[in-house]
Amino acid sequence: MSKRIIHDHNHDGIDRRGFLECMAWAGTGALCMLSGGVLKSYALSDMREVTKALANADFSFVQISDSHIGFNKSANPDVSATLQAAIDKINALSTPPSFILHTGDITQLSKPEEFDTAAQLLKGLKTGQIFYVPGEHDVLDGTGKLYRERHAMNSMGDGWYSIDIKGVHFVGLVNVLNLKAGGLGYLGPEQLDWLEKDLKNVSSSTPIVVFAHIPLWSVYPDWGWGTDDSARALSYMRRFGSVTVLNGHIHQTMRKVEANITFHTALSTAFPQPAPGTPGASPGPITVPAGQLRSLLGITDVNFISGQQALAVTDSTLADMGSAMMHPMGSQQ
Amino acid sequence: MKFFIQFLVLTLSVPLALVASGAGTAKPAPPTSEPPSYTINIKDFMFSPRNLTIPVGSKVTWTNKDEEPHKVAEVNSSFTSKPLDTDEGFTYEFKVPGKYEYFCTVHPRMTGTIIVEK
Repeated sequence: MSKRIIHDHNHDGIDRRGFLECMAWAGTGALCMLSGGVLKSYALSDMREVTKALANADFSFVQISDSHIGFNKSANPDVSATLQAAIDKINALSTPPSFILHTGDITQLSKPEEFDTAAQLLKGLKTGQIFYVPGEHDVLDGTGKLYRERHAMNSMGDGWYSIDIKGVHFVGLVNVLNLKAGGLGYLGPEQLDWLEKDLKNVSSSTPIVVFAHIPLWSVYPDWGWGTDDSARALSYMRRFGSVTVLNGHIHQTMRKVEANITFHTALSTAFPQPAPGTPGASPGPITVPAGQLRSLLGITDVNFISGQQALAVTDSTLADMGSAMMHPMGSQQ
Repeated sequence: MKFFIQFLVLTLSVPLALVASGAGTAKPAPPTSEPPSYTINIKDFMFSPRNLTIPVGSKVTWTNKDEEPHKVAEVNSSFTSKPLDTDEGFTYEFKVPGKYEYFCTVHPRMTGTIIVEK
């Protein structure tokens, strides 16, 4: 299980100052902050450092993903409780994040009551603003109408949009509709044309944050963990100094740096999935022994240590995480 | 009154029992028999069997054995299932010979082919 962290070692030595760094949380997501115009990271395992950093940050936001409200199988019979745990953890931050990103699979089966339950739970966030992109589970009707009515009223096309927040240009993309037989995630020409135009008006020094459900890089195409036409999307981002791509879908943290673009995937709030290519496995839920779900999520965490040029991946044990556990996530054990 | 109801139940159940016992014997199928039926399991993000050749008029039922929802859609939309949750199924009757390529619109790497022969 501990091998579910994949680390791209190919880019050691790249000066990553100026890149948005994110910290993954046990079972909750990633914390990102902008400080002095530079997006920075801090070691999550030391909550004091996080608290200090948050106090000095210009703003921060939290990414959560893959809540799968409505899922009730053995991998997690109570996905509402684990989403609530994520919410509690966010609410316990000393400095509240400016907003939340939910990178899709809010629901399990796109049912209205599932959307309702998720919305009801997320109302408990002290941070009012939540930006969404849909996962494939949110658009099982084939059109994403229900999703858009609830979470993307002011969006373009199938639900894509951009928004400028405190000097950062955020772009939410939809890559879970109109999928082609044999293919992967799909953005489509209409969305790509829009993206090209949208980014044309943004100065190269503006930090860019792109978020979409399915990874925009090829994590593991055999399992559908990639996006067919992401290369064209990324080509519009090459001229920017700092581009951060935040994805969900794979229920585990992964990270890759490719020139000016840093890719992250977030943990799920619902259940883990196997490492890509695990023999005999498929990209579905993993059932872990009773009582270990949250602790296992904790174990698969990735920490980014500030002040180090190369990516630092830390296998955090539960003991390491102890000081960061500000809400009763561990209370179920 | 109670006796009358019991009598009714008995009377009705006799022919049903006869039908049930008849089904177990190896008599040749009458000429107006049901079209052949086939089952395709959806398990571990795969259709099994992935390729299937059937006579025209056959019915095929896909059953989802994963904890993940799947859909079954022919590439030219001649048939598309609703989302299938665990243990839910979708049946389609193939009345026209030809080659049918289908996939899961949720997980498009999942593909399968059905060849319908005359």
